[in-house]
Amino acid sequence: MQKAEKMQALREFAAEIRVETLKTIGSLGFGHVGGSMSIVEAMAVLYGDVMKVDPKNPRWEDRDWCVLSKGHAGPCAYATLALKGFYPLEETRTLNKPSTNFPSHTDRTKTPGVDLTTGSLGQGMSTATGAALGNKIDGRDNHVYVFVGDGECDEGQVWEAAQFAAHYKLDNLTCFVDNNKNQLDGAVDSVMSHGKGIGAKFDAFGWNVIDVADGNDVEQIYDAVHEALTVKGVPTCIVLNTIKGKGATFAEPSAAHSSQPSPEQWEEAIAAAEAELAAVKAAK
Amino acid sequence: MSFTLIGKHEKDKRSCRDGYVQAMLELMEADKSVVHVDCDLMGCINTKKLLAAYPDRTINAGIAEANAMGVAAGLTATGKKVWMHSFGCFSSRRAFDQAFMSAAYAKLGVKILGSDPGVCAAYNGGTHMPFEDCALYLSVPDAIVIDPVDYAQVYALTKKLTAVDGRISYMRMIRKGFTTIYADGSDFEIGKGVTLKESADDQATVIASGIMVDEALKAYEALEAEGIQIRVIDMFTWKPIDEELIVKAAKETGAIVTAENHNCTCGLGSAVARVLAEQCPAPVEMVGVHDQFGQVGAQNFLQEAYKLTAEEIIANVKKVIARK
Repeated sequence: MQKAEKMQALREFAAEIRVETLKTIGSLGFGHVGGSMSIVEAMAVLYGDVMKVDPKNPRWEDRDWCVLSKGHAGPCAYATLALKGFYPLEETRTLNKPSTNFPSHTDRTKTPGVDLTTGSLGQGMSTATGAALGNKIDGRDNHVYVFVGDGECDEGQVWEAAQFAAHYKLDNLTCFVDNNKNQLDGAVDSVMSHGKGIGAKFDAFGWNVIDVADGNDVEQIYDAVHEALTVKGVPTCIVLNTIKGKGATFAEPSAAHSSQPSPEQWEEAIAAAEAELAAVKAAK
Repeated sequence: MSFTLIGKHEKDKRSCRDGYVQAMLELMEADKSVVHVDCDLMGCINTKKLLAAYPDRTINAGIAEANAMGVAAGLTATGKKVWMHSFGCFSSRRAFDQAFMSAAYAKLGVKILGSDPGVCAAYNGGTHMPFEDCALYLSVPDAIVIDPVDYAQVYALTKKLTAVDGRISYMRMIRKGFTTIYADGSDFEIGKGVTLKESADDQATVIASGIMVDEALKAYEALEAEGIQIRVIDMFTWKPIDEELIVKAAKETGAIVTAENHNCTCGLGSAVARVLAEQCPAPVEMVGVHDQFGQVGAQNFLQEAYKLTAEEIIANVKKVIARK
């Protein structure tokens, strides 16, 4: 497949994930829309092209791993995995309802395709690092991808894991920073700023750092991931400059951490996302 | 379970840590999935022997216990059987959220080793003296909590716990200077207490673990000389606790004294009292740390200071018998 065709397919996949993520959270009426929307394109690149996974065998030993350390973006993972064929889409509509397998934060014991349990921020960074080390010990030719939020980078554990991954030369680990510049109480710079920048911090910890100017552009993400896969001896951090709530009409303007819009606002947002999907398809 | 009691109050020239390291050397040779993660304390428990023999599976995570616990959980997710070690204060308090969520809640059965339990922290002092480490892990659903006493018990339980999948375990470990209770080769079953002394004339039962087992055996001898027979149980598993054995002891002896190197308001004493309150109410006295912080000093000074002694057990046996 030519690259242009591949990018077109990934743009379509991203637009589908956005629609289905909104429908998933919309089935409940409230949830973590902002941080789910910002990583849609990165998830599309990973599951649409880069990652080796087997929906029929989610715990396949040689699979690539994806860990949402920012576990509250679970709905985006649930929509992505459903579209990938891990389970029927309609199951995601049980989000946060009694006895669901789709809880607010990702849970490896409940959802097929979810590799590690996250929710207490910072922890997925360490468990993903441990998984990368385990795969390296066993000589597997696979890769671990982990997403951390920029707000999450307040957690000291992120940096404990960063120094560990660099020390053990875990080049089978790539960390995406969802740099959407907002956290629960407001702008990251106002709540807890990151000195010389999150990328600069990872660089100081000995990581290879790639800055993606538009973290909601599949081609820029695709290029960065493939560049990361060529780097040996150090882990790579890809800083995605994203927009919180990207493409959700009620969430993008406010960059809210969680949203509880009216039914009419849900309809409007889903209609807009569906229109975007149609436009992306029409651009083929 | 098959054990041989020695119990002559003699110090072993080896250390409990040698029991852990010997068991791990055998486990790591037999099973490539066994991994040890340490937090810059390998020199304290001699795990440099593991590093020399199995460098790719002996991981020093540096002074970063929270990350070490998460790494251990992630390793477990790739099919590894992982032990994570730090001092008891840090492998509990410092890494507890990680042990809870990344490991226990995620059903990743990390095996957690906490050295220098309670007064064994001695010259490291109150900052390092965990009287609450087991309390934290007792609060985790489905966790296994172990307070072992000597080389043979640590050796046997290291092997037993390594085979447990899907649930976390926390084992305390005296580093050095312990008293031999069991002969090498003794075997133990997780969740089953060991009855060390019993007779038809027992007037009370002492339920102890860790360093308090030897104190309980000393108390047994002193009381026997006075004509008072007691039962002595080594309750090395605090969770899941041997409810059947506790109830049997209460029915047959009518009074219970617990003895632990830990805060008894949230440890062995309270765990035993819960079982009795629910199933067979009987008078209980608790020997242990009564809601206090640790302090610095030699272990024998600290045992006197916190009344973790045979004399205190004897006094409480008499007290509890009088309450029958």
